[in-house]
Amino acid sequence: MTQPLLKVSNLKVAFDGVTAADGANVTIAENEFVAIIGPNGAGKTTFLNLCTGYVRPSAGDVFLRDRNITRLTPRAITRLGIARAFQLPQLFTDHSIFDNVLLAIAARRGFWQALTPLDRDSYREEAQQLLELVGLAKVAAFRSTELSEGMRKLADIVLAMALKPQLLLMDEPTSGVSSDEKFDIMETIVRALRAEKVAALFVEHDMEIVRRYADRVLVWNAGRVMAEGTPEDILNDPYVRENVVGVV
Amino acid sequence: MLQAFIPLLVDGLANAAVIFFVAVGLTLVFSVLHILNVAHGSFYAIGAYVAVSLSLWLLAAGLPPVLTFPALLLSAAAVAALFGPLIERTFLRWTYGKPEAVQILVTFAIFLILEDLQRLVFGVQSFYQDTPMQLLGSITIGGIMYLNYQLLLIVLAIVVLVGLRILINNSRMGKLMVAVVTDREVAQTLGVRTDRVFMIAFTIGVFLAALGGALASPTSGVAPGLGAETMVLAFAVAAIGGLGQIEGAALAAVIVGVARALAIYFVPELDVVVPYLVMLLVLLVRPYGLFGRVQARRV
Amino acid sequence: MRILPTLLFLAIVAALPIAVPWLQFVFTLALAHGLAALGVALLLRAGLISLGHATYYALGAYAAAFLSRSVGVTDFFVLIAGGILVAAAAGVLIGLFMVRYRSIFFGMLNLAVSMILFAFLAKFYGLTGGTDGIRVSTPTVFGAAFDRKTFGDVLFYSLLVIIALVTFGVTRYLRSPMGEALSAVHTNEVRLEYLGISVNRVLLSAYTLSAALAGLGGAIGGIAIGHVVPEMAYWTGSGHLVLVAVLGGIGGVLGPLIGSVFLELVHTLAAGYASDVWNLIVGVTLLFVIFFLPQGLYGLPARLFGRKEAAK
Repeated sequence: MTQPLLKVSNLKVAFDGVTAADGANVTIAENEFVAIIGPNGAGKTTFLNLCTGYVRPSAGDVFLRDRNITRLTPRAITRLGIARAFQLPQLFTDHSIFDNVLLAIAARRGFWQALTPLDRDSYREEAQQLLELVGLAKVAAFRSTELSEGMRKLADIVLAMALKPQLLLMDEPTSGVSSDEKFDIMETIVRALRAEKVAALFVEHDMEIVRRYADRVLVWNAGRVMAEGTPEDILNDPYVRENVVGVV
Repeated sequence: MLQAFIPLLVDGLANAAVIFFVAVGLTLVFSVLHILNVAHGSFYAIGAYVAVSLSLWLLAAGLPPVLTFPALLLSAAAVAALFGPLIERTFLRWTYGKPEAVQILVTFAIFLILEDLQRLVFGVQSFYQDTPMQLLGSITIGGIMYLNYQLLLIVLAIVVLVGLRILINNSRMGKLMVAVVTDREVAQTLGVRTDRVFMIAFTIGVFLAALGGALASPTSGVAPGLGAETMVLAFAVAAIGGLGQIEGAALAAVIVGVARALAIYFVPELDVVVPYLVMLLVLLVRPYGLFGRVQARRV
Repeated sequence: MRILPTLLFLAIVAALPIAVPWLQFVFTLALAHGLAALGVALLLRAGLISLGHATYYALGAYAAAFLSRSVGVTDFFVLIAGGILVAAAAGVLIGLFMVRYRSIFFGMLNLAVSMILFAFLAKFYGLTGGTDGIRVSTPTVFGAAFDRKTFGDVLFYSLLVIIALVTFGVTRYLRSPMGEALSAVHTNEVRLEYLGISVNRVLLSAYTLSAALAGLGGAIGGIAIGHVVPEMAYWTGSGHLVLVAVLGGIGGVLGPLIGSVFLELVHTLAAGYASDVWNLIVGVTLLFVIFFLPQGLYGLPARLFGRKEAAK
């Protein structure tokens, strides 16, 4: 069996007496698209934070292939190939979207330069390509504060994609996006990720998105995986439908 | 050895008392308005100048010297009444919500203006008016003489500390202030007149600074540059205690006051440096000051 | 680089003293302070307010004075190189812990350091000359000795060249990834870390550069006046640097230089007619600029002629 891309074993953490992660065990294979669903407060975002070093677990380990990344900083983990997109888009609000992407590209290709411009042709080309891919090229000159929530979310994801990661973590990628845009955006992202052979782990509340784009679904509850399987299995499971999806 | 230590301690505590007045005002203003008032030291100096001038006038007019005591209090009140609402309403109000650098610069500009106004109104010589100190005399305990005025300062500082705490915990205005400090937006939504709270908090801050200056004037006199010196000292003490922490300012004042007294006795060259060394050391270990609280960022 | 405004500025600054000779010294000092204010402006882009940058100005000045008095160095360029190196070295050492702090706390720690330096300079008479300071004798330039007046001319024109080089260099820096990262730190440093970039490293580079600029300014200022004093490290000096940076506008590299020249001119004129109220005039001017010119003096032409000035 090939080594999994990401392996999480027995992760535990508690905040102020609330157990946010209670022995979480997860594996993600290369190129796999895994969705995390679950009720609010189940610890899904905390899980993403644990994987990227924003939160330290009290017990358990996170492995990226054979490397233990549990105690590394977000910066180190990013450099090793895990990129993060956030529930609330995290962008540089004083720069245009285009410059945001340039910064991400520079972060990957050569940041520690004091005399050569950020705004150079090779970076520009790549930024332009990326933005065209997701349909943001037309608004790239604007600041993030001037754009809709959906575009900001997309920009946030583009920043993560610009890092050419092996694994992309997304937190509700289509929330805040209008329902007619949702599927187009998700389609674009998924296609781009598959083309680059990037695996993805994403938290989602929209079951239709999950059904269409996830290879596997993890049902999260009270800090651990309650059930896992293909979208078909999970979304047809009566217990899940009642307790998580809210459909009887 | 103990013989030498106690007078040192009293010196240090009396010094701490004065520092406390000015630092607690600064920290209170920061806590409620989120503004670091660079002109705060100027109110200390103006309080001192007014107190000295008023005392000199009293004595020249042949009035009983004992009136110099209420004159100290009156000076502080006058300075607060004049400058508090004026500055808060006109200049500070405009800076709310603006970047920190702008807020600091507005108060720095006010500091610069007040520096010259002091010179214009009070002149450039140094003054000394120690009648209140003389009137109280001294007592001798265990063979050592202590100035009663110093003891008075310490008592007054404790009174102010306790008084502030009671005011904040029990009075209506105090509770409004806490609400504004905790969450300005929510307070406004609940109908709290935040502009009034700001004005009152700022005026109290000015009063405390001016009071410190007035109370210190019999022991140290006044001279140009007092405002600048005091400002940076108050800042250091407030930072050590934790910006916004009243008890913190008290503890920090005691530490700095006593440390300075020790320095003057043992290593006089270090006397001026002591507050900043303490500040550096404390902030390196506890970045938010002794009693300061962290605000975490959530992603 | 905004070549035209820079050349225009340098041309005006170079030309005016020909008509009004006493302006040369005024401009020399103004540009020296302007360099330090430029250092402050760089940090302001990252949201960091250095309330103690006078530290590096003083270190640069005293380094030059020491080299001149105790080490026997006479060459002008070696002296200012010394000033830059000492200030930059201090910047790295102090910056190493300083960059962990933000906003007011960053400001406060810098202030503490500057006051400690001030006290040290003022007290240790044997080493630093105490409150008297140290005299700096007129340097030589590539071996040639000049009288005070001629040296003043050489200094002034050398300074113009230095300013041109610095403007060029800093503009390139601000356009580079490391320079652009400064305002990124201000707007979202978490995101920067999540791009794999060390925020502390970005800030340390900026801090060291800003210290070097202030040291350069201090060395030149000390040499120009011929005397270095502990007051160079006092907190009001740092306040003036922040003032000049914001007055001129932190949006560009020219801003702090323009602000400094403007302020120094006001100072000189005030000294002539109203020396008692110099602080008052500066305070009122500062308030005026803050209230009516949010982008500083640098944004003034744009406002006058109605163009929208980009905030970058």
